[in-house]
Amino acid sequence: MNKTVLKVTDLVRHYPLPKESLLAPPRFVYALNGVSFTVEEGKSFGIVGESGCGKSTLARNVMALEDTDAGSVQILGNEVVGKTFNELRPLRQHFQMVFQDPYGSLDPHHTVGRIIAEPLAALEPLSRQEREDRVKEVLSSVGLKPTDMSKYPHEFSGGQRQRIAIARALITRPALIVADEPVSALDVSVQAQVLNLLRDLQDTHGVTYMFISHDLAVVEYLCDEVAVMYLGSIVEKGKTEDLFARPAHPYTRILLDAVPQPASGKKRDRIRLTGNVTGQTEKRSGCAFQDRCPMVDDRCKRETPTLKEVEDSHLAACHFSRELVEKAG
Amino acid sequence: MTLLDVRNLNITLQTAMGEARAVRDLNITLKKGETLGIVGESGCGKSMTALALMGLLPENATTSGELLLSGEDLLEKSEKEMCTIRGNRMAMIFQEPMTSLNPVHTVGRQIMEPLRLHRGLSKKEAFEEAKRLLDRVGIPNPSERIRNHPHQLSGGQRQRVMIALALSCSPDILIADEPTTALDVTIQDQILELIQTLVDEEGMSLVLISHDLGVIAENTQKVMVMYGGTAVETGSTDRIFDELTHPYTQGLFAAMPKIGMGRNRRLTTIPGTVPDLINLPKGCTFTDRCPLASEKCGGAVPARSQMNESHTVMCHHLDKAIKARGGELYQ
Repeated sequence: MNKTVLKVTDLVRHYPLPKESLLAPPRFVYALNGVSFTVEEGKSFGIVGESGCGKSTLARNVMALEDTDAGSVQILGNEVVGKTFNELRPLRQHFQMVFQDPYGSLDPHHTVGRIIAEPLAALEPLSRQEREDRVKEVLSSVGLKPTDMSKYPHEFSGGQRQRIAIARALITRPALIVADEPVSALDVSVQAQVLNLLRDLQDTHGVTYMFISHDLAVVEYLCDEVAVMYLGSIVEKGKTEDLFARPAHPYTRILLDAVPQPASGKKRDRIRLTGNVTGQTEKRSGCAFQDRCPMVDDRCKRETPTLKEVEDSHLAACHFSRELVEKAG
Repeated sequence: MTLLDVRNLNITLQTAMGEARAVRDLNITLKKGETLGIVGESGCGKSMTALALMGLLPENATTSGELLLSGEDLLEKSEKEMCTIRGNRMAMIFQEPMTSLNPVHTVGRQIMEPLRLHRGLSKKEAFEEAKRLLDRVGIPNPSERIRNHPHQLSGGQRQRVMIALALSCSPDILIADEPTTALDVTIQDQILELIQTLVDEEGMSLVLISHDLGVIAENTQKVMVMYGGTAVETGSTDRIFDELTHPYTQGLFAAMPKIGMGRNRRLTTIPGTVPDLINLPKGCTFTDRCPLASEKCGGAVPARSQMNESHTVMCHHLDKAIKARGGELYQ
């Protein structure tokens, strides 16, 4: 039995909006409405969805970067929700983050050596020599040279900067790395290098990833398990192979169909999604996807579908998921 | 009938670091109603080409060559003359719908501007026309939306407004520079579908610029692959994806994660990074990263070889490249 690295249970986050008037009821942005999942050691868990579906809010809450309204996040069995800054400090070495923008997330005034060594401050004091050795070790594991330590971020290209950001996340030897769109700012040829690096690091160091992306092809390449989010809830979750081969939620089907294919020949037949992501500020009855769903019927407007198992470890929140899987299978 | 004919276009930018050769010896021909896709990574000169077409190059740019729109050379036009062409006979959709609309004016006012300027409509006529255009690009409730400011619209709707703006004077050529890069896949799908329908119905020519081979494959008739400021491979979209030849194009295609590829194969990577436009290699710009590179490549610019009537490739090692089709090149 594998060790569970990350366990998220019923995570809720509602951002309050300014009141329209003194006596008006308070309004909220319902960013996360009860999200649960677990990730086992050495696995990659992908989260996909459109912008505004709560992917990044989830990352920030898992990283304990903001207050959570309800629910629990356990990393290696330690609860991180509700802890104070000082209580979290020694725990932070176990979970690190890689951000989307490699230009904005590295301090331009610091040398690469200092940027990478910074997370070590949260550990017990290390001698200068030890710290330098750790930085050199981690630099070579991300494919940079130990001499790059004394350079500044502007001397590196986008792909190399993302390697520096990965090195900074790796230096505390974390069990979990949360990566929020780590390759979407990179060119295709460089993106492939970084994706291969992330995979190699997983093989050599056994790190666990929570990987957030809007690019389904990237998620398919890197992740063992995938969760699809829509309006703050997971609508489908399962092993990557199952979910991509037999999507059990119409939203997943549509997302997969929307990815343009680089091949010659005729346009594909597909269902197009109409409308935008809406209704983040209102709570309503029934399925969150009802306005845009091509299969919607009366039941969807009355009953909110819950995550149910459609196949072995493949869950979907749709009244029609069984039919969808049978059709695809 | 050839609508747009670009001959040996060169763009050089004067920078503090030296001369950057953004575009080198570029040739494009575009017939009426034709759609052309330009693919390439950042810094390959695709946006510079688009800006040159619109006469919007930065002040430190110098150009040579010819840029003919229905026989008239746009590079020789004065700014005043360009003003009557830009937005009228040629229109452009930019990448960032967030920043390319003016935040302090209503969208209606911004769409009315070219209508009054180029088509000489009265304020009232322009307002009605703007409403019709918003409806045409699929914005719900146009009579209300016309009074909205850009911040009140979503990203996809802003891009629709940009398209309405570009369409306002029924241009001959629509240039779309990464129109969907900032959008979600589902919204991207809607916007590309909209551009496609409008191009078909209005008989416009389209130049679609993207870094995404998938977007280009599904929305254009011809493709031009750019690298280091030159077109390394051109051809008709129907065939080119079966016959990718230039080592760069092969690498770019193999490096893209594709849905259905599975997780067991490693992604192919092209070693190195895109070239510095200031110190470009003398010969083929891809020399430093190319697995087939030999001494010849660094010294001389390869000739343009005709594969068949619509497919051209610039490479010294054509035979080896053809043999390597199928992805073995970068192993």
